[in-house]
Amino acid sequence: MNFVTRAAATCAAVAVAGALFVSAAAADALADIEKAKLIRIAVPQDFAPFGSVGPDLQPRGYDIDMANYIGKQLGVKVQLVPVTSANRIAYLQTHKVDLVISSLGKNAEREKVIDFSIPYAPFFSGVYGIAGDKVTDAASLSGKTVGATRGAIEEQELSKLAPADATVKRFEDNNATVSAFVSGQVDLIATGNTVAATVAEKSPNRKPELKFVIKDSPCYVGLNKDEPALLAKVNAIITKAKEDGTLATFSETWLKAPLPANF
Amino acid sequence: MIQQLNFGDLLPYWDVFARGLVFTIVLTLTSTVAGIGLGTAGAWARTFGPKWAGALTRAYVEVIRNTPFIVQLFFIFFGLPALGVKLSEDVAAFIAMVINLGAYSTEIIRAGIQAVPKGHLEAGVSLAMSRWEVFRYIVLKQAFMKVYPALSSQIIIVMLGSAVVSQISAEDLTYAANYIQSRNFRAFEVYIVAAVLYLMLAIGLRALLRGIGRAIFPKG
Repeated sequence: MNFVTRAAATCAAVAVAGALFVSAAAADALADIEKAKLIRIAVPQDFAPFGSVGPDLQPRGYDIDMANYIGKQLGVKVQLVPVTSANRIAYLQTHKVDLVISSLGKNAEREKVIDFSIPYAPFFSGVYGIAGDKVTDAASLSGKTVGATRGAIEEQELSKLAPADATVKRFEDNNATVSAFVSGQVDLIATGNTVAATVAEKSPNRKPELKFVIKDSPCYVGLNKDEPALLAKVNAIITKAKEDGTLATFSETWLKAPLPANF
Repeated sequence: MIQQLNFGDLLPYWDVFARGLVFTIVLTLTSTVAGIGLGTAGAWARTFGPKWAGALTRAYVEVIRNTPFIVQLFFIFFGLPALGVKLSEDVAAFIAMVINLGAYSTEIIRAGIQAVPKGHLEAGVSLAMSRWEVFRYIVLKQAFMKVYPALSSQIIIVMLGSAVVSQISAEDLTYAANYIQSRNFRAFEVYIVAAVLYLMLAIGLRALLRGIGRAIFPKG
């Protein structure tokens, strides 16, 4: 145990020293990008609809469109760097990429090591039902049956929120939960917006529509700390995308739903 | 690293276990009675019934005995709604269990019926017993006596197989274990308790079946 603690402390010290050194080396990333006429952006390739490999073997998805949009606004070429969710922050910290657009959520641990832009994509779990269903909040679930995947964050939250006379049916995995909804065995489902988008595409008969949000954790563009110029520029581009309807188009294309009203 | 067993974390969930246990017991008992009934009818159809009924039963037995239980269950719960037949998870679980046990017990009871000597049937007819009386008092009683141990084993197997109904959100003992495990992450302890409960259920069910056997067949 003692050895483990000491080894961990050493590793941490090395990591901190490395991070300090690296961030001191790059002074103004925005100037560098404009000089090189190239921006390197980390994108997912295994996380549809944000980023996956299309039938033509080209990456495609919400994050890829967003990356290309930012490149276009900056007037520079875009180099897409495929990353996984485990290594995307490391790619940023070691300056292998300038931005991470990889369905990245914000939390306290991550905020210690990198900066975040304003949100560029909605990502949330909610309760979905068919068009006619008049459910608007947790209280109105009374008398309804809701399917959820056992152990998932939305199932645990729903168990707390749902009134006593609502029935929560818990299934082993996402597929069973979706089947229960599509076959009409449950009135509503609690699931993520990306899952709902896929169901909407494949089940036109019982198209899930968002009734209310359970947990909201939108996606942010991740960038290195102490890059105020780049951060301001990225935020300005996202604001513009929101205003000119670009984000709404991305949302309709990839998430099969309009942007949430409060986004 | 050696994990410390901590059964105390399960205590707040004892009622979940209790409800699951009751569900499994009720499901097993009701579906056993109905399943044996269906099996008896099937065995009759295959031995004494009209030709078309025998062929139909044979097809039913082949289909059920050669497909996995979970597929039958999913077909009833997720598949049938496409035909407009929407069953709750409890009813779907019950029907799947009855259909499954019915097919297996058809074959078991049929074996017992075929083991009844033909002379006994002729003796019944010569005593002016009706066809039903011959079947009820001569054939069925002897057949059940012969296959009772095999039938008991099949009932235990079906009881243990009922764990699968947790997959369609029927809240049986396995569902209870999965649910508790998703809340306190004490997988090892939860499944130890679930396994012990199933073991006790199986031992109890065997004792019950032996008692019933002694009461029905005093000499057997």
